[in-house]
Parts: sequence; C-alpha cells; structure tokens
Amino acid sequence: MSMAAGARPEEIAVRTYVAEEAHPHAEGDSTSLGFWIYLMSDCLIFAMLFAAYGVLGGNYAAGPAPKDLFHLPLVAVNTTALLLSSITYGFAMVAMQEGRIGRTQLWLAVTGLFGLAFIGIELSEFADMIREGATPQRSAFLSAFFTLVGTHGLHVTAGIVWLVTLMTQVRLHGLTAANRRRLACLSMFWHFLDVVWIGVFTFVYLLGVLR
Amino acid sequence: MSATPHPDPHAADAASHGGDGAGHATLRGYLTGFVLAAILTAIPFALVMTGAIPDRQATAIIVMGFAVVQIFVHMIYFLHMDARTEHGWSLMALIFTIVMVVIALAGSLWVMYHLNANMMPGMPDMSQLP
Repeated sequence: MSMAAGARPEEIAVRTYVAEEAHPHAEGDSTSLGFWIYLMSDCLIFAMLFAAYGVLGGNYAAGPAPKDLFHLPLVAVNTTALLLSSITYGFAMVAMQEGRIGRTQLWLAVTGLFGLAFIGIELSEFADMIREGATPQRSAFLSAFFTLVGTHGLHVTAGIVWLVTLMTQVRLHGLTAANRRRLACLSMFWHFLDVVWIGVFTFVYLLGVLR
Repeated sequence: MSATPHPDPHAADAASHGGDGAGHATLRGYLTGFVLAAILTAIPFALVMTGAIPDRQATAIIVMGFAVVQIFVHMIYFLHMDARTEHGWSLMALIFTIVMVVIALAGSLWVMYHLNANMMPGMPDMSQLP
C-alpha cells in the first residue's frame, strides 16, 4: 500500500480543477449565447408544428378550407402590428444604449401595446372561427392550424408578460447591467417571434388562400 | 455587454462586438431592416390579394421566396446575426438549427406525401386485383 504516492496525483487534480474554476467569468457573460440556444430549440418546436401543419393542412374532413376562413386584410393588419412592435423594440434598445430610461420605457410600452393589438386581433379571429364551427376538433387542418398559430400567440403573450416585468424592473432599479442583459434577451425573443410569424403568414395564410 | 452608452447611435456601427451579444443596435440598422421587411411583406400580400399573377404555382413560389429573403433581413438587421457574435457560436447554433429544421420539414413532407399518395382512393382498386 503506497498511500503517500497515491495521494499526489489526486492533489494535483484538485489543484488543476480549482485553477480552472478560478478562470475569470463575469456574471451573465454567457447569457446571450445560452438564450440564443434556447431560441434555437424553440425554433425546432415551431419546425415540428410547421411540419405537422404541412402534412395535415390539406385534410379538411369536408369542413371549412383556408379560403373560407382566412381574411387576408385582417392578417395584414396583424402582420403590420407585429412588424411595428419589432421596430419599436429596436427603438427601445437604441434608447437603452444611450442610457435614456424614459425613452426606453416609452418605446417598451408602445411595443407592448402593438403586441396586445396583435393578440387581440388573433383572439377575435379565433373566436370568429370557433363561432362558425371551425373549432380545433373539426378537422386535422384546424387542429394543426390552432396548435401552430396558438403556440405562436402563447409565445407573444409570454413576451408581453416578460415586457411588463422588465418595465417594472427598469422603473425600480434603472438600466443596470442585469436589466440591460434582460432587455437584450427579450429583444432576441421578440424579434425571433416576428421571424416565426413570417413563416406563419406565408405558409399558413398566404399559401392557404392560394390553395 | 458594454456599460457605457454609445454617444451617437450612427457611429456605433463599426464598434467592436466580439462577445457582447446583441449589444450593438443602431437606429439606422433597425430602420433599414424595417423598410426592407415592410416591402418584403407588402409585395406577397399584394400578389395573393389581387391575384396579379394568374398562375397559382408561380405565385406560391414567389411568395415563399419573399419569406426566405425576409427571414434573412430579420436575422441580419433585427437579430444582428453575423459571424462575430459570441465568437461565431451563435452562427454555428443557427446553422445547426437550420439543418435540423430542413431535415424535419423536408423529411416529414416527403414521407407523408408519398404515404398519402399511396393511400389515395384513386389508386388501382385493390379488390379487383387477383
């Protein structure tokens, strides 16, 4: 038994481990990469829902087709609201970089209102469809439609809740480093949802009406 | 992320951004992206709503083309994607995701289309076969 000889490499290993841990690592350094990877995983969820819609989108079960249900002018208004919310969030980010709290809060509030308008129009569209009997249970097309568009709507709703939370944070603590990081993450989330919406209005609405 | 605010948003374009994530937004970048996105949204809506091109297949292909271009515009001007963000790791994650999305979408549509086509009632009637 050579206890003294066996302890040496272990000791070295511990020392190396500690040295690696002591590597300078500022708080929140990796947050934006980590959040980006979350968004990419979210992107895969939407890809699966798009694939399901692509496969089932033509199965109307003798029920209503996209042409009977979708009102493109309403979708155009909705798309405009989401696009405007993207640019107003951009204005908020620019104001944040300039350190102007009031202007940041103003643009965040405008973004939230456009987001609410988007959700409001989408919910009224859903309500009209359900009133006409086009419920998710009606056909595979409608199940896939409500799942895909509804999941996007839920994301936007979560984004609005997050936005209000961050506006409160900024009001209480100002534009601290942590709040700037959070606002940058929400910026990625919000713009990502707009990218997903490009897919929705193209593949679901425009191509649906063309079909 | 840099704690000091940029004095002029227009001058921040050339600022170094090795590992600061999305911390280099510029007003000009956002406005350029917005104008491009608005045009790229308006044209496909107009094409479908007016039926300017009688051929539906052609319209569908053009509309999808506009969507792809608009996704690139959003990625560049709104999400600030470039090869330098997070030392290239953001772009690597994005490329990996695009590969996965293409496999999932193309694979699902391809397989399920053939499954549907082979199950069609229009096929040779099985009961008449010996």
